[in-house]
Amino acid sequence: MVPAHGLLSQAACIADEPIESLVSRYACDPHALVQILREAQARHTWLPRDMLSFVASTLGLTLAHVEGVATFYRFFHTQPVGEYRVLFSDNITDRMQGNAALLADLCQRLGVEPGQMRADGRVSVDFCSCTGLCDQGPSLLINHHQVVTRLDAERVARIAFLIEARVPVSDWPAHWSRVDDHIRRADVLLDTPLPPGAAIAAALARGACGLVDEMTTSNLRGRGGAGFVTGKKWELCRDAKGSEHYMVCNADEGEPGTFKDRVLLTCHPDMVFEGMTIGALAIGARRGLVYLRGEYRYLLEPLRDVLQRRRDAHLLGTAIQGHTGFDFDIEIHVGAGAYVCGEESSLIESLEGKRGTPRIRPPFPAEHGYLGQPTAVDNVETLCAATHIALQGGAWWAAIGTPRSTGTNIHSVSGDCDRPGIYEYPMGTSIDRILEDCGAHDTQAVQVGGPSGKCLSAMEFGRRISFEDLPTAGAFMVFDRSRDMFEVARNYAGFFAEESCGFCTPCRVGTALVVKSMDKLAAGRGSRHDVDLLSGIDTLMHGTTHCGLGGSACNALHDTIVKFRPAYERRLKSLHFEPAFDLDAELADARRATGRDDAAAHLESTP
Amino acid sequence: MTTLTKAGNTGVTFSLDGEDVPFKPGETILQAARRAGRYIPHLCWHPDFHAQGSCRVCIVRVKGRAGSACTLQAAAGEVVESNTDELNAERKMLLQMLFVEGNHFCPSCEKSGNCLLQATAYEMKMEDVLFEEFYPLRPIDASHADVLIDFNRCILCELCVRASHDVDGKDVFAIAGHGIGTHLVVNSMSGKLVDTDMALTDRAASICPVGAILPKRRGFVIPIGERRYDPHTAADPGTQEAS
Repeated sequence: MVPAHGLLSQAACIADEPIESLVSRYACDPHALVQILREAQARHTWLPRDMLSFVASTLGLTLAHVEGVATFYRFFHTQPVGEYRVLFSDNITDRMQGNAALLADLCQRLGVEPGQMRADGRVSVDFCSCTGLCDQGPSLLINHHQVVTRLDAERVARIAFLIEARVPVSDWPAHWSRVDDHIRRADVLLDTPLPPGAAIAAALARGACGLVDEMTTSNLRGRGGAGFVTGKKWELCRDAKGSEHYMVCNADEGEPGTFKDRVLLTCHPDMVFEGMTIGALAIGARRGLVYLRGEYRYLLEPLRDVLQRRRDAHLLGTAIQGHTGFDFDIEIHVGAGAYVCGEESSLIESLEGKRGTPRIRPPFPAEHGYLGQPTAVDNVETLCAATHIALQGGAWWAAIGTPRSTGTNIHSVSGDCDRPGIYEYPMGTSIDRILEDCGAHDTQAVQVGGPSGKCLSAMEFGRRISFEDLPTAGAFMVFDRSRDMFEVARNYAGFFAEESCGFCTPCRVGTALVVKSMDKLAAGRGSRHDVDLLSGIDTLMHGTTHCGLGGSACNALHDTIVKFRPAYERRLKSLHFEPAFDLDAELADARRATGRDDAAAHLESTP
Repeated sequence: MTTLTKAGNTGVTFSLDGEDVPFKPGETILQAARRAGRYIPHLCWHPDFHAQGSCRVCIVRVKGRAGSACTLQAAAGEVVESNTDELNAERKMLLQMLFVEGNHFCPSCEKSGNCLLQATAYEMKMEDVLFEEFYPLRPIDASHADVLIDFNRCILCELCVRASHDVDGKDVFAIAGHGIGTHLVVNSMSGKLVDTDMALTDRAASICPVGAILPKRRGFVIPIGERRYDPHTAADPGTQEAS
């Protein structure tokens, strides 16, 4: 298992730690593979094959297995990459803020091709999936660790200069990495003061059973997207047989346009950890794991400091708050760039050091989770709500919101509005209301719940956020009438193709086919047949994929084809069949070989 | 809703396309159907190995919900739809996806006539590939003395991965990459099969349902016309496994 925390944070300071001691620090535990690879790469820039081989033999794994894991995560490199690895966040909101031009500008200044390493090994520049900074973008991630927000041409020019001058990233202007919380509207969750430990004391007073009863009364449902009733999950997990029970916090906030968990982890980490501790009491767990997405690597040290402070205050560790037998501690596992790991069974696979492929379910993690033991996986916001419920009672939470969707819900608002940021509302709040509060004008569409959620047109803005009408995992992206909804869907299509785990046929091939078709449409070579084909792939993926992520990969495509069909149709070159390739261009070789270039050597050009 | 139905004295049953199929506790829909001699199209499933659920060709509908028959537990009285126009159309599209993903040139493939992918495509009445081909560049591994790997034909069923692990105890294979770049890798420093302890007698050497892993020097030993799917179709019982 992962060794004691003090040792971890101590060793994290050893920048030049040899790989041998890194592996032994993790007690040669194969379940720590992802963490070992992440730390090894942080020291050595990339993961050469002989390093993978060494790690494999030390952990008792095959090289092929380690290669499989290392090539699964987007942030791992098994080929040389630059000393400076610059990744531009590529959510549609970053696109709307001009990230593509800024990337091109940086590449030109540095003399490097996107996606490739400069010949001298100094720098690599590429895009990456949304880094959760949509309210202060465009943003980029350097060396899978440090972020730069609010990019503009001037900042890009300075970055190019600093990279050429080989100035360490730690010496770059600190304010570039400032991440604002932008809490624009706080309700009970964000606005109720909570002294650390108060909710644990309340939970202990209620007892484990009483606590689960309060959770059930509250009817709190998971905020990560699936919406399972938290009290029910905890009860199932508590009652499941196992030698250990585990409490896992899902902080793999990968849905593009979502950043509420980042803000909760920044502003209210105690509330999150307290929720895990309460959950541990409810299910009988002694160990907790936070799965922190790799994009939020910069939060690791502050979060570890909070954990240490809580240990010092007897809010973690043995005999919490002096309560004999209540032992619980939390470790943080950092991801390495894989959206699919937000799915709870993939997340558990990743925690176990494997490829993040979703498991066959049932059995569900509550019965058969981490290391095969009963495991409760809850989203960051869900755990915060649980903390409040432990303190104030289930009836209090149930009185907020709607009868079927209780409490409040936090929205990450970005895109075309005056005040992007975090908005907490009671469940049941209408889209109109949120648009008004965030200062959106002339709004054409809102993507609720991210690319896997719903795309709403103006006539639907009266709909309400709730499990019975519009469920959401937190993203709220606003598009005004100047935006091309085809390009929105195309951006999302690229995201899903990049993030497909590759396990099942429809998602692995389907997401790639969608990108091909949309690129064809964007190039003006599409026909109605292509639009129909896209609809066919959408239908197939809804019904046949292995996990829910594949099933929702075509949601935005579906919604935009239905609601914004003119955005597709104005791209159709003809309403008849149009080949994907340029017939005349294909004849170029034949023309060269025959030395002809007269009109008769060309196909008739289409008007 | 789930009333227990009895099929003679054999025990509890579920209904598959209107006909009762008996099952033992813990069996999946596909296992039970198979035992009863019923055909549910599949590629990545094999009776000797744990279910994987990745090809999705065995998709069935139970209570209006789709799921893979190889992973869904059979339940008494359940109504399972499999051989419907809608599901077969979905299977056909999944097969078309597999065909465009790799490089499948049946006429020149030694596995033609013995290939489960090809036979299933015939069974699903696939007449074209519908999509634009990817034409990926996938070098062949001919390094091993007795076994050839043509990655162009790999459909990522992972049967070789499972066979090498479960039966041979060698772990010669694993899956690497992600998305459309997902691929089979060989466990050696060179990445070549010659540097593994793979043997022709290994289960992994004969488990491949397509022509990705083939024994060398056996080309067309069985003539065209006498191959498994010449007299049979993929729907015939006992024809679906290479080994």
